Amino acid sequence: MADLVESILREEAEKESKYKTIFVEKDADVEIDEGNLLACDPNPIDVKLFKSNKDDFINNLARDNTQLLFNQLWMLPVERVDNTVLAKLPKAKTLIPREKRLPKPRPETKWEKFAKAKGIHKKKGKDKMAWDEQHKEFRPRYGYNRANDDTKDWLIEMKSNAADDEDPFEKRITERKERRAKNELQRLRNIARSQYGGKVPGVGLTPVEKPNKDQLGRALVLAKKSTASLGKFTERLPKEKNTVKGKKRKFEPCVGDMKKEKDKQLRILKTLSHAVPINVAKAASHFMSQEPDERYVFYTKF
Amino acid sequence: MRPLTEDETKIFFEKLSKYIGDNIKLLLDRPDGNFCFRLQKDRIFYVREDIMKKATCVDPKHLLSIGTCFGKFTKTKRIRLHITALDYLAPYAKFKVWLKPNAEQQFLYGHHVMKAGLGRITENTSQYQGVVVYNMNDLPLGFGVAAKSTELCRQCDPMSIVVFHQADIGEYIRSEEMLI
Repeated sequence: MADLVESILREEAEKESKYKTIFVEKDADVEIDEGNLLACDPNPIDVKLFKSNKDDFINNLARDNTQLLFNQLWMLPVERVDNTVLAKLPKAKTLIPREKRLPKPRPETKWEKFAKAKGIHKKKGKDKMAWDEQHKEFRPRYGYNRANDDTKDWLIEMKSNAADDEDPFEKRITERKERRAKNELQRLRNIARSQYGGKVPGVGLTPVEKPNKDQLGRALVLAKKSTASLGKFTERLPKEKNTVKGKKRKFEPCVGDMKKEKDKQLRILKTLSHAVPINVAKAASHFMSQEPDERYVFYTKF
Repeated sequence: MRPLTEDETKIFFEKLSKYIGDNIKLLLDRPDGNFCFRLQKDRIFYVREDIMKKATCVDPKHLLSIGTCFGKFTKTKRIRLHITALDYLAPYAKFKVWLKPNAEQQFLYGHHVMKAGLGRITENTSQYQGVVVYNMNDLPLGFGVAAKSTELCRQCDPMSIVVFHQADIGEYIRSEEMLI
């Protein structure tokens, strides 16, 4: 009888040592964030114990904390799906920084920049749909099948000063196409401006229906310059001014004001010495060479 | 013959300051007379004022040289210093390299300086710093560019290059026709 009791007790003791208890005691509570399956142990590490057997110490600590985390998980509402126990995790408490950097704000268009500078605010946005008086229904404000489409008018009143061969229907369509082309150009220029640091070359001369004097003059200058020799040999009318001007190189006189020249050079020298950035390698080597107490050694001998 | 423009002066001084630092000031501000830099056929000459004035009488087409030639502008508007500038670089040099006697000849034949031939080097020389090369008797032999900093020189093996050759006084014989 005594043997039996002893053997049972021994077995129990063995079992207990094999499976550790699920109750873990800690001085300070372990902070558990079930949402992220994260446990943070604020307890200080016993350095002596840690040094005596590092692996065991870490294993035990990890087991204990994992046990605590799982204890907490078992408290959550649980459901069983296909013989698998699922716990519904609450919302994460720990804030994790975002993986990617914040997206850059969209570059401003030229109009937006101008409007900001002038303090122009956008009016309350128009609705997408507009009432079409003719068809007695709501239609899209812009685009295909739009409301109040002026190119679809069956009758257009001619203006009294309009040319005889003018086709008002055609005119409205071409005007609309031009507006669209202009808008597209401005859109592309905005993109270019955002990519090439704010500077976009001009479009030069664009064809206009009735060029004024200024535009004509510019066109003439451009046409004269548009030769292989940049207009150097383009013939001029007897009294015409030379509009094709090259940049003339200008040098200081060889024998001039010597003091002025010297001052200028000294000034350049001064700006140069300001512009020299700190040479990190040089500074580091200077620092390193100071470390041993050999301040009077100026040369390295070999 | 004309003075340097502002851009040219800047490029020239940047190059010169690699060797003599802000000692350029001493070249411009001299107690023994007015000296100036003049450009003639893409070459920069350092010349006393009164000599320069006399040289204006000579047709620029035929003027070969006045004063000391410091170097020339390359076609890409960089500066190449000539060995003739050594007279002015050597006294004001900030970083120096001394050669062992047996390495002198190698350098004077236009070779780079190996670690084996290095006698001494100024402390804190950084990489690619312009240096003036001397022999052990402190006679300036030429100039070049440090291939390695002083710290690296200590560790590198004897056959590695320490100073890149740029100009040496052997050129007075080797390339006499290209000197000016």
